[in-house]
Amino acid sequence: MDAILLQVLNGLDKGSAYALIALGLTLIFGTLGVVNFAHGALFMLGAFCAVTLQKILTLSSVTIDETKTDFLGNPAKVETPYVESWFGPELGATIIDWSVPLAIIFAIPVMIAIGFIMERGLIKHFYKRPHADQILVTFGLAIVLQEIIKYFYGANPIPTPAPEMFRGSFDFGVLLGFDSNAIIYPYWRMVYFVFSLILIGGVFAFLQFTTFGMVVRAGMADRETVGLLGIDIDKRFTLMFGVAAAVAGLAGVMYTPINSPNYHMGMDFLVLSFVVVVVGGMGSLAGAVLAGFLLGILESFASMNEIKAIIPGIDQIIIYVVAIIILLTRPRGLMGRKGVMED
Amino acid sequence: MRRVRNGRNYMTKSNFTRRGLLKTSAGAGAGLALPTVFTGAVWAEKHTGFTNAPQGDTVTLGFNVPQSGPYADEGADELRAFRLAVEHLNGEGDGGMLNTFSSKALEGNGILGKKVDFVTGDTQTKSDAARASAKSMIEKDGAIMISGGSSSGVAVAVQGLCQEAGVIFMAGLTHSNDTTGKDKKANGFRHFFNAYMSAAALAPVLEKLYGADRNAYHLTADYTWGWTQEESIAAATEALGWNTVEKVRTPLAATDFSSYIAPVLNSGADVLVLNHYGGNMVNSLTNAVQFGLRSKQANGKQFEIVVPLYSELMARGAGQNIAGIPGSQNWDWKLENQMGDRYTGTNAFVQSFGTKYGFPPSQAAHTCYAQTLLYADAVTRAGSFNPCAVVEALEGFEFDGLGNGPTLYRADDHQCFKDVVVVRGKENPENEFDLVEIVEVTPAEQVTYPADHEMFAGGSLGECNPGA
Repeated sequence: MDAILLQVLNGLDKGSAYALIALGLTLIFGTLGVVNFAHGALFMLGAFCAVTLQKILTLSSVTIDETKTDFLGNPAKVETPYVESWFGPELGATIIDWSVPLAIIFAIPVMIAIGFIMERGLIKHFYKRPHADQILVTFGLAIVLQEIIKYFYGANPIPTPAPEMFRGSFDFGVLLGFDSNAIIYPYWRMVYFVFSLILIGGVFAFLQFTTFGMVVRAGMADRETVGLLGIDIDKRFTLMFGVAAAVAGLAGVMYTPINSPNYHMGMDFLVLSFVVVVVGGMGSLAGAVLAGFLLGILESFASMNEIKAIIPGIDQIIIYVVAIIILLTRPRGLMGRKGVMED
Repeated sequence: MRRVRNGRNYMTKSNFTRRGLLKTSAGAGAGLALPTVFTGAVWAEKHTGFTNAPQGDTVTLGFNVPQSGPYADEGADELRAFRLAVEHLNGEGDGGMLNTFSSKALEGNGILGKKVDFVTGDTQTKSDAARASAKSMIEKDGAIMISGGSSSGVAVAVQGLCQEAGVIFMAGLTHSNDTTGKDKKANGFRHFFNAYMSAAALAPVLEKLYGADRNAYHLTADYTWGWTQEESIAAATEALGWNTVEKVRTPLAATDFSSYIAPVLNSGADVLVLNHYGGNMVNSLTNAVQFGLRSKQANGKQFEIVVPLYSELMARGAGQNIAGIPGSQNWDWKLENQMGDRYTGTNAFVQSFGTKYGFPPSQAAHTCYAQTLLYADAVTRAGSFNPCAVVEALEGFEFDGLGNGPTLYRADDHQCFKDVVVVRGKENPENEFDLVEIVEVTPAEQVTYPADHEMFAGGSLGECNPGA
C-alpha cells in the first residue's frame, strides 16, 4: 500500500509537467490549428529564464586577493555578487537563494514576447499549410532554439537549486501511519504540483470567466462566425499563443530545481507530451490535463521493481502501450471531440 | 616470424621484421628481449603497405569526440587537449608534458619529422554516428590514428572499426571493463582506468568511511559501462562484507529518477550506489539529495550515496549535491600539488592547458592528451607509422611523467595500469573548478588484476591489422 501511494505521489509531479506542456500544446492547436513541435523548446526556454536570472543575480565584481592563489599560482580573483554589495550579504544571499521563484516574474513577459515573436514571425505563415509542413517547421525551430541555448550556455546541465527552505523531503509515511521513510516526498515537488494546479486552474478560469476567454472559446468552436461578428480573432489567437508559451515557460522555470536544466530537456518532454495530447483527445484542454496526470502516474508505477520483475522493460514503453490501448478503444482519445483533425 | 611474449603466442603479420632482423642479426637475441630497441630500425624499413601511410611531410590524426549532444562539453575539453598535444608535438607552445615524459624520443618536430595535422569527427555519443565519423576520417581524410570519445559504447564500436580498417585506436574516456576485456582489440589501447579499478580503489576507502557492515542498493545505467561498473562495485563491496540489497537497471534515456529513488529508503539499504555517468549521474544524484536520502538514517546508520565514477564537468551540473560523496577518477588537476612529485607532469599539463584556455583540464582532457603523446612516442620509437610497429612499441611499455605516476601499458590487454585517485565532493568549493578533494591515491598494485580475470574474459586481442 505504501509503495503504491509513493508511486502515485511520484507520478503527480511528472504528470504536472506533462499536463502543463500538453495544456499549452492543446491551446495552440485548439486556437490556431497548429501542431507545434517547438513547444518542448518553450518549456526549455522557460527553464533557461531561471538560469538567466540566476546568472544576472550572481553577476559579480572581481577583486584580487593577494593572500590566495588560483590554479595557476597567480593571485586569486574573488567574486562578490553585486546583489550582495547593494543589499548586504544576508539579504543579497536570500535574493540569490530565491532566484527560481523570482524567475516566474522574469519569465512571464519574456515567454509571452517569445511566443508572440514566434507566432508573428514564423508560424502564421504556416496556418494554411498541411500539418506535416507545420510539424517540420516547428521541429526545425525547436532544434534552432536548442542550439542557440547550447551556444550560450553549453551542453552541461546547470544547477539551479530550490530556495533553502524547500530542500529536503517530507515524511508522508509517518503522517499516514506507515513506517518512517516509507513514503518520503521532496518539498519542492509538492510545490511544483501545487503550482501546476494553480496554473491550470488559472488558465481554465481565464478561458471560462473572462470576456476575452469567452471570445477565444467561441473562436475555437467556430472561427468564421466569430470573425463575421466583427471580432479580430487572429489577434486574440496570437495572444493565446503567447499565453501557451508562458504556461510552458513557467512549467520549465519551476522544473529547474527538480532536474538541472540542459539544452535538450525540451525534447525529452516533447514526444511524451504529444502522446499525452493524443491520449487526452486532440483539442481537449481537460483531456490534456487528465491524460498528463494519468500517464505520469502510470509511468511511475511501471518503474516499480515488482512490476519490472513481471514485465522487464515496461518502464520504458508503458506510455506507448497505454496510448495504443486508449486509441484502439477510444479513437478520439479520452475526451476528444468529433471533427478535430478528422477532415 | 613467431615469438612468445608474456606467455602468449604472438605472430606479427608482416615480413618487415624478418628482413630487419636479418640485417641486425648480431643483436637479434637482444632484440627479442627488448623489442622496442630494435623494432625502430626494423619497422623503419618501409613506409608503405599499411592503411593511410603518410606520404608527404604531414601526418593526419583523427580526433573523434562528441561535438553535439549531451556530452558536447566533455568533447570540447577533449578537443582542447588534442589541439594542445598537436601544438606540443609540432614544437609550439611550452611543450607541456613533453618536458616531463620519461621517454625522450619526441623532439617537438612532429612525428618522425612529419608535421602533425588533425581532423575532427562528431561522435554524438552514438555508436553508429561515431563509427561513421571515424570511417570518414580514415577514408576521406587519411587519418592514421583515431582517438577520443566519451562513452564505452562508442569506444567499443570505434575500436572494432579501427581494427578492421587497420589504424590505431587510442581510446578517450571509456571506463567499461569490456573495452579492454571481452571487446579488446589488437589495434586498440586504453590509457583511462576501468570499472574494476574504480571498485578496487574505492572499496577500502568505503570500508574506512562507512564500515564493513552495509547494505547497498544499486541504480545502474542499462548499457555496457553500467553493467560492468555494477558488477565490479558489487563484487568489491561484497568482499568487504557488504550486502547487495537490490540492483535496479535504469533506462539510459531516463531524465527523472524519482520513481527509482523513492523506494530505496524503505528497501533495507543504507548505501545507494549510483552507477550512472554524465546527465544520468547529475539527475539521479540531484533526485536522491532532493528526497533527503543523505539526511536520513537507515539500519541505525547514516544513509550514504556513492558515485563510483566521477566526472568533474558533470559534477558542476550537480552543484552542491556532490558535497561529501565519494567516487574515483583517472586523474585530477591537483594531483601533483597535493600528492607530490610522483605525479610529475600534472602541473606541466595544467600550466599549458590553463594558460591557453583559462581553466584547469578535466580528466577526459588529460587522458586524450596523454594518449596522443603516447601514440606519437610509440611511432617515433618504432620508427614507423605501421600500426603493427606501433602496437609492438606500446605493448609492455613502461613510462612515467604523464601525470599518473609510473604506468604500464600491459601487452596482454592493452590496458594502462597506474594509480587510481579516490575523491570526494568538496563541502565548500572555492570556485567552479574546485569541486572535488583528493581523499587518497590507490597504488597501481592494488588495482591490478590478472589478464585472465573473469570480469574481462571472453575476448581476445587477435592480431594487429596494418590494413591496406
